[in-house]
Amino acid sequence: MSAQTISEKILSAKSERVAHAGDVVVCDVDLVLGTDASAPMAIAYFERMGGARVHDSSRVMFALDHYSPPSSPATRGFHEQVRAFAGKHGVRVYDVGEGISHQIAVERGMARPGMLVVGADSHTVTCGAVNAFATGVGSSDLAAAMLTGQLWLRVPQTIRVVLVGKRPPGVAAKDVALAMISNLGADGAEYHALEFTGTDVRDFSMDDRLVLSNLAVEAGAKAAVWQSDEILDAHFARLGVEPGRPAFADDGAHYARELVIDLASLAPTVALPHSPVNVVDIARVPETPIHMVFIGTCTGGRVADYHEALAVLERGGGKLANGVQLVVTPASKDVERELATDGTLAKLTRMGATITTPGCGACCGTSGVIPGDGMNVLSTANRNFRARMGNATASIYLASPAACAAAALTGRITDPRSVA
Amino acid sequence: MTSHRGRARRLGDDINTDYIIASTRKKETLDENILKRYLLEAVDPGFAASVRAEDVLVAGKNFGCGSAMEVAATVILASGIRIVLASSFARSFYRNAINNGLLPIECDTRDIAEGDPITVAIDASGTTIVNERTGWRAAQPPLSGIAGDILAAGGLVPYLKREGRFHDA
Repeated sequence: MSAQTISEKILSAKSERVAHAGDVVVCDVDLVLGTDASAPMAIAYFERMGGARVHDSSRVMFALDHYSPPSSPATRGFHEQVRAFAGKHGVRVYDVGEGISHQIAVERGMARPGMLVVGADSHTVTCGAVNAFATGVGSSDLAAAMLTGQLWLRVPQTIRVVLVGKRPPGVAAKDVALAMISNLGADGAEYHALEFTGTDVRDFSMDDRLVLSNLAVEAGAKAAVWQSDEILDAHFARLGVEPGRPAFADDGAHYARELVIDLASLAPTVALPHSPVNVVDIARVPETPIHMVFIGTCTGGRVADYHEALAVLERGGGKLANGVQLVVTPASKDVERELATDGTLAKLTRMGATITTPGCGACCGTSGVIPGDGMNVLSTANRNFRARMGNATASIYLASPAACAAAALTGRITDPRSVA
Repeated sequence: MTSHRGRARRLGDDINTDYIIASTRKKETLDENILKRYLLEAVDPGFAASVRAEDVLVAGKNFGCGSAMEVAATVILASGIRIVLASSFARSFYRNAINNGLLPIECDTRDIAEGDPITVAIDASGTTIVNERTGWRAAQPPLSGIAGDILAAGGLVPYLKREGRFHDA
């Protein structure tokens, strides 16, 4: 047996054969994630497939995250549909306000090392941070995975992302991730998995790893897998969950290419409209007024993100610029609870932030605050496509939580290192 | 052998699924026969009204990137479009297309302009694509393995109804 990457290892184990890049395999799926945006169609496919029962309901979960809360009569109807199907088949539903599917899967310890996680949400790749092969699919594949417990996959080639050096102060995981996808390009990792390595991966916390895995799909990556190490062990120890068997890459495994990221060379960045790979150094962004700041989503809605934002807001005096709306949407109920306990939410509220129900929020215009005509938005999210947030005349800029906080103070795109 | 003749509808690179159909439109309905009114509205608000059945979508690289939402494939089909040519596809869109019987063909599309008459002929030896205006042609081997079986069955629903599970090729 020749040497394998982490992805080849996991897909071999799940298909019970020795698989290498290019092979097509039928895999047992360990965890199937559906959302209120994808499950209604999946239920329809499941029924058209003649589905009488879910193969293993203990491996399936639905999160009502995209319409949290429901933003129309139709979306309220989607929720009823999902709840009814889940009730009939014994599938666990994480209801409105409990959080984003892949965030819940990570923070509740459902996604574990060596697993194959399939979700009908492209950002399912986020779960790669826990050494799982996690990939996004559509509703029909979700239905097939619920019905058969399996999915076919082509084993991808792997791009090795090597992180070297030390991040300068003020450079967030989001900046590293934006540098990575901008280097790869919008299709640079298409049909490929990423595998993160390097002498300095221990400087990347679990939250940091989730950000890099999350944004990998913006370069087309099929999966974005981290190695198992003491940081991952600490994550499971904290949760009190037995992590199971991690997958390790073999020495001599074949990689399609290597992308070396020199962390010391990075600076705070902004992705300009209308592509997440349209990344520039924040110091080079021309004077840009900002009308709405959004801190949330599966990229930038975790506890560490709000702490990072709050530190900048407090350093800058804590007064929001006139005319700026600061919208805060925690990625999950657990995040919200922790922020409530440690006082972060109260401080943000006092500053004038609008705190909304945990979930996807304003990210894709499905629920929450829609930007006004011609407005500029600075967001911690992952996508800034035209009309993404529900208004085609708005312009969306993406940056770190610290940069978003700096803009909330000044009303324009501002280097967070300059806030004193 | 089946043959398809249609008019090229030229699109650029990196057309994401939100451009094909905005996520925000899904708040009202998932019915593709209604959603098709908004097909590609972020690219061209007049696009949906100008679509004729049998049109062929022709895109550059990375067609269907972004969200994995399946309505992006079903809305194209509901508009009467059966074939998408692109120099490359995002993997989630590619799977969704095949699962619904929309034919995604990966080929060099640089030669094809808006309105060009395109013929796509499919037989056991593969697919031939011809631009009748320029004479340009491309040939593709038949799609092999499970993806080919799903497409031949007419999509994932008929495939799984018949097979009951995925079969290794």
